[in-house]
Amino acid sequence: MTAVLQLQGITKRFGALVANDDISLTLGAGEVLALLGENGAGKSTLMSILFGHYTADSGDIRVFGQALPPGQPRAALAAGIGMVHQHFALADNLSVLDNVILGTEPLWQLFSRRRTARARLQAVAQRFGLPVDADARVGSLSVGERQRVEILKALYRGARILILDEPTAVLTPQESESLFATLALLVAEGLSVIFISHKLAEVLRVAHRLVVLRGGKVVAEAPTAGTTAAQLADWMVGRPVSMPQRAVGVKAGDTVCRLESVHSEGGLRDRLRGVSLNLAASEIVAVAGVSGNGQVALAELLCGTRRRTDGNATLAGRPLHADPATLVRSGVARVPEDRHAVGAVGDLPVWENAVSERLGSPAFNRLGWIRRRAARRHAQAIVEAFDVRGGGLDATARSLSGGNLQKLILGRALLPTPDATVPLRLLVAHQPTWGLDIGAVAAVRREIIAARNTGAAVLLISDDLDEVMALGDRIAVMHEGRLTAALPAAAWTRETLGLAMAGAGDAADSEASS
Amino acid sequence: MRLERRTRNSPLAIAAASLGAVVFTLLVSAVLVTAAGAPVGRTYVLLLQGGFGSVFAWSETLTRAVPLIFTGLAAAVAFRARLFNIGAEGQLYAGALAAVAVGGMHDGSGLDWPIWLLFPAMLLAAALAGAFLLLGPALMKSRLGVDEVVTTLLLNFIVLLGVSALLDGPMKDPTAMGWPQSVALQDGLSLGQLLPQTRLHNGLLGACGLALALWLVMKHARLGFDIRAVGANSRAAAFAGVPVTRTIVLVAMLSGALAGLGGAVEVAGRTGYLTLDMSPGYGYTGIVIAMLAALHPLGVVAAAVFTAGVLVGADSMSRAVGVPSAIADVIVATSLLAVLVASLASQYRVRWKA
Repeated sequence: MTAVLQLQGITKRFGALVANDDISLTLGAGEVLALLGENGAGKSTLMSILFGHYTADSGDIRVFGQALPPGQPRAALAAGIGMVHQHFALADNLSVLDNVILGTEPLWQLFSRRRTARARLQAVAQRFGLPVDADARVGSLSVGERQRVEILKALYRGARILILDEPTAVLTPQESESLFATLALLVAEGLSVIFISHKLAEVLRVAHRLVVLRGGKVVAEAPTAGTTAAQLADWMVGRPVSMPQRAVGVKAGDTVCRLESVHSEGGLRDRLRGVSLNLAASEIVAVAGVSGNGQVALAELLCGTRRRTDGNATLAGRPLHADPATLVRSGVARVPEDRHAVGAVGDLPVWENAVSERLGSPAFNRLGWIRRRAARRHAQAIVEAFDVRGGGLDATARSLSGGNLQKLILGRALLPTPDATVPLRLLVAHQPTWGLDIGAVAAVRREIIAARNTGAAVLLISDDLDEVMALGDRIAVMHEGRLTAALPAAAWTRETLGLAMAGAGDAADSEASS
Repeated sequence: MRLERRTRNSPLAIAAASLGAVVFTLLVSAVLVTAAGAPVGRTYVLLLQGGFGSVFAWSETLTRAVPLIFTGLAAAVAFRARLFNIGAEGQLYAGALAAVAVGGMHDGSGLDWPIWLLFPAMLLAAALAGAFLLLGPALMKSRLGVDEVVTTLLLNFIVLLGVSALLDGPMKDPTAMGWPQSVALQDGLSLGQLLPQTRLHNGLLGACGLALALWLVMKHARLGFDIRAVGANSRAAAFAGVPVTRTIVLVAMLSGALAGLGGAVEVAGRTGYLTLDMSPGYGYTGIVIAMLAALHPLGVVAAAVFTAGVLVGADSMSRAVGVPSAIADVIVATSLLAVLVASLASQYRVRWKA
């Protein structure tokens, strides 16, 4: 096997932190190499060095036998390396063809050579089995189709080495299958692929070989055949990890929150069209779905930051108020999807963020003045009980890592104030483990299960099918603003969930929803 | 060597950055002074002496600082909530106008109220005038998304022309020999002298007291938290239950009231009546002062004294060495730019280890 890409002894330091420590890896022609590692393991740094965004302190890179000059983003592209990012870099209002040729033409050229570009795009699409409508507006495409456009964009620019960063994070299981088929075609055509992922099962399916990074070092390099998922997890974390399991057979209690054909106006991607749902005490209802199908609207509705335009919603028998402060007072714990932009005020210190939801409570508020000592004491209790690590109470929230910020937000929502009279009734968690490393994922899931075991109703909204299946006592699927009936987890299989996520049986289910 | 973002705000670094900015400013201005053909060292000495070199210089500087503290606080509190109130100039005049309307000697006598009632009524009227002037832009911003920079800036011209019309019409002092100036305040309403034989008046104490009160509110009150949270991240603030619209409206009223009070204090403390040249742009200079102070209420007092000293000192310096007093504007403007850069820099620290 000939090597198309060789990284030799790459080392990169940021101050005291060694982000990449003497990393060497080789990518062979026609090979799919999986690159695994937790957040902070050094994957992004390594890719940034490869693309010339950073310059390595030492080490060198060879592409097709030629040394790649460091620190030049254009050099990597010219050498035939293409990258598909997790968040697509496409202009929604332009056509597929325009997106593909964007940036490939010289600035001072009177007419765009669209005809030759179109022919070339069709040829590339045909050769790699990636059919697209060149004139479709990118905004009208599904997420899977957009990803296809991103791949075509790289191939159109002559990429022979393709780097895919978390490519399945936004796809349905069926769309992932079709991506895997595409990858097989690409490598059959002689391309080489680096596949970055943290989903162990799919890594084992797709890749020929895998490299695991931890703490900036290569800790394992192995052929996929003969490697198990458990072994991979151990390599990534450095110690055996046990994911918390929910106890099966806990009996659900009374209804805590009820939605009856709730509508909410919004764009195509964030509206509710007649959603009905019952949330009962001591039960986790997990909502699966491809993101952008109304999950944001559902989460915001139950977090008090969005109004319903039609339908009924009750909490503990009373109408649900579209007001965060009222919801918090009535025992709703809320974990928003975007922990940085919505969950916390990054410029304010940890302690103020830890009590920000409760500043109206007499425990922390005397005639409009904040009882600083009591508030700080409560913040300290959250930091200790939820193991929030970082610069302490006075560090800015922005300085916390994603996992620690999420633990702070969970603690703020879940730890009762000293004068609490209302019990925790409902926990709404939207993508609570997104982007966290395995240790933090385990901690967050443990808290979610603990909330349910203490008698709260839990609504878990997640794109991650594994998470939905691991935590949901009942599972419902969202598609285009509708929600299927929430059926017991045992009634679903990965296949039926995938079909529902793609919209099969939408109409029938929403009629029958509980 | 590399830069990394600080995990917490360091007061020492902020102070050092501000000092560095002042030094940089003096260096830049030195180039201009040299170009004007004056000796740099002597010019700066004269400027310092003119602003801070004697009891008289101090009294003039502090007198000038009083309205600047009010407008500086007005800008600082509004900017903290990301409400960009550029209209302090108009609110200052509106406050002064309201003060004269309530406390003036109309037809030779004025309102026949006891002073203990009339004085607070005058201040209240001034505060309300400033507050309501900003209410419209604040509501238009939060309800309709209208840019408050445009509305507050343009309101300045409307207010100034309105004041001009009133000073030439109904509010005109008939004994002023045709000058467009308002009637004078009733005698008992003027603020007492703080320092005998100078123009320095008790308004300084009021301004400093308000700065202290505002600092306490920003740091320790629920409202202060709401203002800071809305300014730093309004989505996260709304999620945590902060009433964002109400906070913006409250901030607007507070900011406008501070500027309006500044107008009343200027009339009651210094001029005694209202003319169109009462303020040489105090409202706009207040913005610079708020930025110099990094929006900190106590810092506003220091920045206002510094700015006032430079303005006063430049006047006396230009009489002595012939450097145009516009150098004061250059110094203030350069120091603002330098402080903005420095405050950005103070959020980072330099690591020298490789």
